[in-house]
Amino acid sequence: MPFNPFVIPFNIGLYFIILYVVARGVVWFRDLPRTDKLRMQRGFFGRPFILSIKEIFMEGLIHRKIFKVNPVLGYMHMSLAFGWFLLILLGTIEADIFGEKHLNPPYKAIFFRFFNPDHGTAGLAKHYGFLMDLILALILSGLLIAIIKRFWSGIVGMKRTANLKFLDKVALTSLWLIFPSRLLAESFTCGAYGSGSFLTGSLGTALAGFLPAEIMAYPFWWLYSLSLGTFFILLPRTRYMHIPSEMFLIFMRNSGVRIGDQYGSCADVQIHACSSCGICLNVCQLSTSADITNIQAAYFVKGLKREDDVFDIALNCLMCGRCDEACPVGIELGPLRMIHRRAGDPPKDTMSIWSGYLRLRNQNIQDNGESHITAFQYLKPQPVKKGPEVLYFAGCMTHLTPGIPIAMRKIFEAAGIDFDFMDKDGSVCCGRPLTLAGKDREARELIRNNSDAIWRSGAKTLVTSCPICYKIFMESYHLDVEVLHHSQYINRLIEEEKLKLNFLNKSVIYHDPCELGRGSGIYSEPRRVLIHISRLGKSNHEKEDALCCGGSLANLKIDRRKITDIVSDVVEELTLSNPDYLATACPLCKKTFGKADIKAGSEIKDIAEIVAMAIVSEPPEAIELKKRTKLEKVSL
Amino acid sequence: MHNKEKHIVIIGGGTAGCVAAGRLAREGYRISLIEKDKKPGGKINNWYQLFPDRRRSVEVTDYINKEIDHPLIDLMTGTELDKVKYKNGKFSISTGKSDLGQADAVLIATGFDLFDATRKEEYGYGIYDNVITSLDLENMFHSGDILTTKEEIPKRVGIVHCVGSRDEKVGNFHCSKVCCVTAVKQAIEIKEHIPDSEVFCFYMDMRMFGPYYEELYRESQEKWVVNYIRGKVSEVSENIEGRLVIKAEDTLLGKPIRMEVDMLVLMVGMQNAKAGLNLQDKFGIQTGVNGFFRIRDNHYGNNLSNVDGLFYAGTCTAPMNITDTISHARAAAVEITEYLSKN
Ligand code: SF4
Ligand code: SF4
Ligand code: SF4
Repeated sequence: MPFNPFVIPFNIGLYFIILYVVARGVVWFRDLPRTDKLRMQRGFFGRPFILSIKEIFMEGLIHRKIFKVNPVLGYMHMSLAFGWFLLILLGTIEADIFGEKHLNPPYKAIFFRFFNPDHGTAGLAKHYGFLMDLILALILSGLLIAIIKRFWSGIVGMKRTANLKFLDKVALTSLWLIFPSRLLAESFTCGAYGSGSFLTGSLGTALAGFLPAEIMAYPFWWLYSLSLGTFFILLPRTRYMHIPSEMFLIFMRNSGVRIGDQYGSCADVQIHACSSCGICLNVCQLSTSADITNIQAAYFVKGLKREDDVFDIALNCLMCGRCDEACPVGIELGPLRMIHRRAGDPPKDTMSIWSGYLRLRNQNIQDNGESHITAFQYLKPQPVKKGPEVLYFAGCMTHLTPGIPIAMRKIFEAAGIDFDFMDKDGSVCCGRPLTLAGKDREARELIRNNSDAIWRSGAKTLVTSCPICYKIFMESYHLDVEVLHHSQYINRLIEEEKLKLNFLNKSVIYHDPCELGRGSGIYSEPRRVLIHISRLGKSNHEKEDALCCGGSLANLKIDRRKITDIVSDVVEELTLSNPDYLATACPLCKKTFGKADIKAGSEIKDIAEIVAMAIVSEPPEAIELKKRTKLEKVSL
Repeated sequence: MHNKEKHIVIIGGGTAGCVAAGRLAREGYRISLIEKDKKPGGKINNWYQLFPDRRRSVEVTDYINKEIDHPLIDLMTGTELDKVKYKNGKFSISTGKSDLGQADAVLIATGFDLFDATRKEEYGYGIYDNVITSLDLENMFHSGDILTTKEEIPKRVGIVHCVGSRDEKVGNFHCSKVCCVTAVKQAIEIKEHIPDSEVFCFYMDMRMFGPYYEELYRESQEKWVVNYIRGKVSEVSENIEGRLVIKAEDTLLGKPIRMEVDMLVLMVGMQNAKAGLNLQDKFGIQTGVNGFFRIRDNHYGNNLSNVDGLFYAGTCTAPMNITDTISHARAAAVEITEYLSKN
């Protein structure tokens, strides 16, 4: 069997990485909770497996999602990943068909040209050689973009490129060397033997014209093998670990495994699956409006991989979900941050040089045992009215925007609903702000108190005006009543024809609140309500792509002035079309928008307030007039 | 060159603009005084009485009107600045209506806007009937009737300090300086009009910075029995009888308070005027973090801008009372005179 010592680095690297990936996969699997193990086992023999193969092909190789966001970046990822995949696949087939025997060791396929220098000068072999050159050209074109991107990131339209650490740089250099060295090694060999197709053949002939091709080829074969070997050995400690991790993640996800609320295997797979593509950097308003550029998902995930202290980063985030939505790998970035918020400030661990390879155990978050529950002793059972049809919970935030509960009261009355305003004298907080701060235990106390009041009322439906309350009612309250956000409830009243509304002939742009839209998936009901009563237009940020108002309760670190920077940009962007109303469905958004300079002629309104104006019994001009006379007194 | 050949454009015909115009005209300069409203005088026209001595504001208005009664002052009311060109220290200025020609110096005296109380929705301005601003109350004093919307005499009145000032939630960090003493003055006036009423002021700090302010504050407590509660009002609602329910915290007693009142007066703060901010790009001038125009030096250059030949007077640079505004305007006149004698 032909052999040459230069293949040794490649072989060592290859077998190491295969063993490593298998071992890593086994450990990941082993550390999963039992239910998740079962999910994956079932998935392996069912549809999830097939789906995953398809998804690995579409996302891992073709990079469809990145293509959608940014075609040049997508092409770069595709040409490298898919090109390399084809090169290996077709190379193996080539060695199998044209080599002297079948079932060759991998190195025979990779270094096929070295062992068969005069192959492919005629017939089928020649066409095949053309194909192989084409693929190499594809990869090299992608590589060229990658190199340009690294030194001049504007070219592919990304504003920022994720920064690299030292080992990543070495790995990156070896990755960059792989294909040029293959090109030169093949070309020299082809030049010496007069073989090769349009790329390696022509380049080979040209080089052989003035260089001793035969002698020159050998060092480049070494370089090719060495760069491959180095790349494989370093792979577990660099971001390129994302390649195997992403495949594992895709299968995990399709089998129904989710990250949960504890650091575990699934979270570990997810952080390793981040390719540092940087797409999350450009969607984050903290970076685009507030010049906070070190907390975005890519940096957070990188910090986790390095076992840095990420507590501050975890807290300095609006939890708006824009990066979750944009991440082409589908990393559950919000839940990942929440895990670290709950964990609190961790004790600083010393990091071992092995940690990149051997971080096998769950670094699980210890419950620090502290309880602040005595602080909640002031909570008394809330008085409730028995048996209303609907219980209305405004929420603390809504109490700061009294226009909303007043509008809701009008709506209930106009529709003739038997309702009780549960927190009319002030509320016990729903608990979500504490949850967002990672204080689940404390939140439990509030949840218990409110749940008790809701149960005792005997109402069948709970309506809230605040998406923040809505989300926690849905997720952490275990209520047997139906929970609706007021936009859903109003939509229902309209559909059931209980609420008669005028058409207002006002132009409206609707802003999806984070917690209601991306957070709870409610996009259509508010739009249906608004279409019913107004001329609803479109902004450049609809539905999943909605902006965050900037006032999020979730950011526990941000300077207030930066919030003003964010909201000014948002309001400017959303009122480009000079709408009469900029509508939202969240008291916090409404309040936050109030910080920005609103263009004359536009007004911020909650959807309930617009609906209240449209109620048939009361002509809208009356309310408007009352408001205007007051305002005129202010503007001197 | 004789002073008469020099031309100064003053933007804003409020207290500061008028006082400076009078001084400079008496120095012999030709003045174009641009005022966007129909008459000069600015915000003081809306005020009833002034602190600390409760003199009627018309007396100050009369003083201002006398200041600008000078042949060298060309007062243009209902006029706004349109285009500006700046070259070699000279300004070419036109209004929407006419070309003012070349100006050797420009004085910006665009004043302030009151904070828009609807932005602080939790206080219910524009939502509940009997929530009014300090300005609305002055109007009531003018008309002589302090009545709720149901035409009843309020028996209990709350006054909220720092509305839109010292409030990072609305993006205003600065203290508006005059609202504390305005609250004291208005509390006394309410008691004068309705002797059997109760008045409660909700404050964070009492900032009695000027001469005789502290005395007025003392008088309000001793003679008029105004109640002062240290604590911020967190929210306001309306009960079924239409009375306002205030939630606050008494930070001295460390206790939450709920109180019903018939009327709530919001002490709205000062912000740099929109009309002034619109000039920013035209002149290439800057604002500080508080949103007011940035003066060149905090101690001895508080009439100077970053542009040579461009000066500031009055509340476009910081919150001020009438006394300080007048002094600041006179100082601006001195600065301009000195500048023009050198150039
Ligand atoms: S978190 Fe997702 S979007 Fe951000 S760099 Fe990683 S893979 Fe890309
Ligand atoms: S959740 Fe929003 S604020 Fe936080 S990192 Fe992602 S995009 Fe930025
Ligand atoms: S003067 Fe008094 S009321 Fe006005 S902003 Fe300052 S502290 Fe607040």
